[in-house]
Amino acid sequence: MNWFPLLNSLRIAAIAAVIVFFTGIAAAYYIARLPKLVKGVLDVVLTLPLVLPPTVVGYLLLRLMGPKRVLGVWMLETFGIRLTMQWWSAIFAVTVVVFPLMYRTARGAFESFDPVLAQAGQTLGLSNTYIFWRIRMPYCRQGIIAGVVLAFARAIGEYGATSMIAGYTPGKTATVATEVYQLWRIGDDAMALKWVLINMAISAVVLLAVNLLERKNGRRRA
Amino acid sequence: MLSVDIKKKLGDFELNVAFETEDEVMALLGASGCGKSMTLKCIAGIEKPDSGRIVLNDRVLFDSEAHVNLTPQERQVGYLFQQYALFPNMTVEQNIMLGAHKKPKEERSAIAKAQIKAFRLDGLEKHYPHQLSGGQMQRTALARIMAAEPEILLLDEPFSALDSYLKWQLEMEMSDTLKAFGRDVIFVSHSRDEVCRLCGTVCVLTNGSSDPKESVTELMQTPGTVGAALLSGCKNFSKAERLDDHHVRCLEWGVDLETGAAVPADMTFAGIRAHYFKLSYDKNPIPTHVERVVEDAFSTILMLSTPGGSEGRSLLRLELDKGALSGIRMGDDLTVYIAPEDVMLLSGTGLQ
Repeated sequence: MNWFPLLNSLRIAAIAAVIVFFTGIAAAYYIARLPKLVKGVLDVVLTLPLVLPPTVVGYLLLRLMGPKRVLGVWMLETFGIRLTMQWWSAIFAVTVVVFPLMYRTARGAFESFDPVLAQAGQTLGLSNTYIFWRIRMPYCRQGIIAGVVLAFARAIGEYGATSMIAGYTPGKTATVATEVYQLWRIGDDAMALKWVLINMAISAVVLLAVNLLERKNGRRRA
Repeated sequence: MLSVDIKKKLGDFELNVAFETEDEVMALLGASGCGKSMTLKCIAGIEKPDSGRIVLNDRVLFDSEAHVNLTPQERQVGYLFQQYALFPNMTVEQNIMLGAHKKPKEERSAIAKAQIKAFRLDGLEKHYPHQLSGGQMQRTALARIMAAEPEILLLDEPFSALDSYLKWQLEMEMSDTLKAFGRDVIFVSHSRDEVCRLCGTVCVLTNGSSDPKESVTELMQTPGTVGAALLSGCKNFSKAERLDDHHVRCLEWGVDLETGAAVPADMTFAGIRAHYFKLSYDKNPIPTHVERVVEDAFSTILMLSTPGGSEGRSLLRLELDKGALSGIRMGDDLTVYIAPEDVMLLSGTGLQ
């Protein structure tokens, strides 16, 4: 059995999880301080990929990065790099699709943070960076870890946008999700079932981890 | 030395506070929602006033005209929050050491040790805040503040999170701490009793506006405004008009009274403390009717209707030690007296 689709899915999901960890937290932190109207608009825009069909995300990304589109042409001419149909092209798709999961869980976690703790830190002379990493983040740790794990789980399962921007090339861009579709299409039912079971196992483990984290969180508050 | 003169608008509410302190324990006294905490936050740099000036020991912390607005980190202000704001992910020792974080690493644990000893936290070093009692939390928060060597202490209702049983012990400890501190302390409270016991001077805040600073004794004996009189515990108020230098007409009580002090031109209300009525005297008789007798733990309270009526502010509240009023029943007629020097002459609005 060729394990490439699994390895590819795992590396794409891991890189995307790291990216949304930082961007999601930064967005949640800074957007909370913006004026109401701007906050409302940005909130809708950043959450949109959660409810849009992944094919719409894929379409929009291709409009931007396709070989004949603005960014695609520029990258090709300047660096000789083609942005689509690479294994890492899927990272763009997956990152956009899972970003709202991280953004929203981080925002929820930050909202539960008592601003008086930050004010106390400031009057004691602690820098804002210290307060963020050593007081705010530990306080919100459970929610943020849950967000990363959820984003990772969803990243492994991403199909629509990935198949549009990275396609399906065996041994090159194949992921677990695109492999299942391909195997089913050519009628290899036994192999398709194997990959389906692998995918379900990974997702179950991840969700179990989220539940355990939430239970631990509940006990600590009580 | 702290000098504050600031204004800040928040919707319909307008904060307008001015006072100066001289290495003393000053109370900011006012009902809840009158802007006490907002004033502290402006001093600490957590909130920004719209205009004005804040100077602490010759350092300008805020000056709207000169565009000075130091960050909270630069102000060196010790702020004790109502719920103490201990960092929940750190032990007592780590919390206190953070107060001394500007010192070289080697000195920090020595400073923390000294504060732990001073605030009797020995044995609790490795405890987390959620394992502490209310009193221990307060002592930890104070130790953390003292480790930072602040130039001023801002205390925001420090006893509001505690049961009354614990309060007394902690209040006495706090009194010692404030004496040892020896610099400016601003003590925010809505309790006149706490203020009497802990503070030397007081600045009364009514709906965001501050009265001039006065000594606590002055406030209790001769409050100048309706707001101050209310906070000092006065229970009886009547709209009043000046008749001559030493006589006022109390409209709601329906009597004219002689006063000890000269009647000021801006007087709007007269006030009488519930404890100051006399049952026999040679001046200021007030004919009343006993509407209700209320037995309190150690005193008896009479609600008396006056020639002005039997509702709202026309009712007088009289309070005397248990026993002094035996024999008086509901429905009796009773003439009470008030000494001219006990008639308080108040300005300001505070009451509708």
